[in-house]
Amino acid sequence: MAAGVMALGMAVLVWGAAAFDAALGGARGGRGVAGAPFREGARLVVQQRRRTDRADVLLTRAGVVVLPLAALLAAVVLPVGGAPVLDMGAGVVWFNAMEVCVWGALWLVGWGVNAVWPLVGGYRFLAQGMAYELPHMFVLITAGVGAGSLRFADVVAAQRGLWFVVWMPVAFVVYLVSAVAMAFWGPMGQPVGRDVCGGVPGELGGPDRLVFLAGRYALLVVAAAGAVPLFLGGAAGPVLPGWGWGLLKTVAVLAVLVVVRHRVPVVRMDRFVQFSWVVLIPLTLLQLLVVAMAVLP
Amino acid sequence: MSGAFWGLAVVAVAGGVAVFVVDSMARATFALLVSLLAVGGTLLLIDLEYLGVLVVLMMVMEMLVMAIFMIMYMMNPAGLMPMKMVHNRRGAAAIAGTVFVLLAAGALLAAPPSRRGRPPADPTHALGLSLMGPKMLVMMVVGVSILATMISAVLLATHRGRYDR
Repeated sequence: MAAGVMALGMAVLVWGAAAFDAALGGARGGRGVAGAPFREGARLVVQQRRRTDRADVLLTRAGVVVLPLAALLAAVVLPVGGAPVLDMGAGVVWFNAMEVCVWGALWLVGWGVNAVWPLVGGYRFLAQGMAYELPHMFVLITAGVGAGSLRFADVVAAQRGLWFVVWMPVAFVVYLVSAVAMAFWGPMGQPVGRDVCGGVPGELGGPDRLVFLAGRYALLVVAAAGAVPLFLGGAAGPVLPGWGWGLLKTVAVLAVLVVVRHRVPVVRMDRFVQFSWVVLIPLTLLQLLVVAMAVLP
Repeated sequence: MSGAFWGLAVVAVAGGVAVFVVDSMARATFALLVSLLAVGGTLLLIDLEYLGVLVVLMMVMEMLVMAIFMIMYMMNPAGLMPMKMVHNRRGAAAIAGTVFVLLAAGALLAAPPSRRGRPPADPTHALGLSLMGPKMLVMMVVGVSILATMISAVLLATHRGRYDR
């Protein structure tokens, strides 16, 4: 039951993000943006699969499937609208572990299709992963330290008086940066960049491409939803029911992430690695120090 | 529970065997990853939630970083020609067989120790207290040296000068 509601909510948010993205990107033909994701989906479903010479089909398919699967599995521990599907003691670590599976997914697709540009994209994402993952981990740990627990429900409960975003602003901003990087989205979209002919999914066609793109939007949704229990007080709020607030906050974060894609240029990965290691890691460690000193008994 | 354990055990061993059977370095890497994920799953079965999930998290990252190096250093990086994961076949078989016999004999012949103490209510908490209590100095030194090593390795690996920005 709860799992069904979660999957439905994710599907709706994936559609919403894709439609909003299409609207900002200037949907062509004067037709409604609400139907744009469905038209694209229908086009891909009936399209032929693309075949490349001596592709490793097993690895490619595994990578394509892991992408949406990782997003779903990451979402099961998030208490966005009240109780999570799976109330796990080490939920924050589980969330992170499922996100990291994206590394495998992208590299597998990039390698498996046996073509140059997807391979370049796959390696680009690994470099990106090395850059964003450490600050991302420190940020998740910061929220955990603030709550004194790795259980998402406890993290939400610890924000009853004050949202973490208020006294951990650095952690929140870095979380958003790493969320964008994790979904190889907008400014962090080099693994699927135009300069490498579409990068990782460049040789995917038909249903493969549909699952890949849907998985990418699902990742974006999960990253946005993760910010709600971690920093924005979870499902708490006046008047509206819990799920209403959870949905509202998720949509707000998601909208920011989608807008960022259309407002911020793509960042070169070697520059981001440097920025991440020289600026973001020390910043997040300082934030962690401040939080740790504040919660020490 | 027992069924889940045996399922994971079979996957872990099958993944390990596959590493030496497949003829592509990418497949070998991911076969090893599948094997290690099954090991992480067995830790989840005995309620070591944190350790189990940590094994999953770390092994995915490690295998992906390892994939880069394994493919970089292998004889045909494109992976298009069939290759063998085994060198020195006879010697390897002898060493592996001896080690297997020794380990299996130890597992079958040695008397299992009787249980001391009881599992803690919150294993994650107990692990944290143990790491940051009596073992704190070691953990701190190891943690800082690993971070320092990583940063210096990145520094040494980058060849860009100060004018290329």
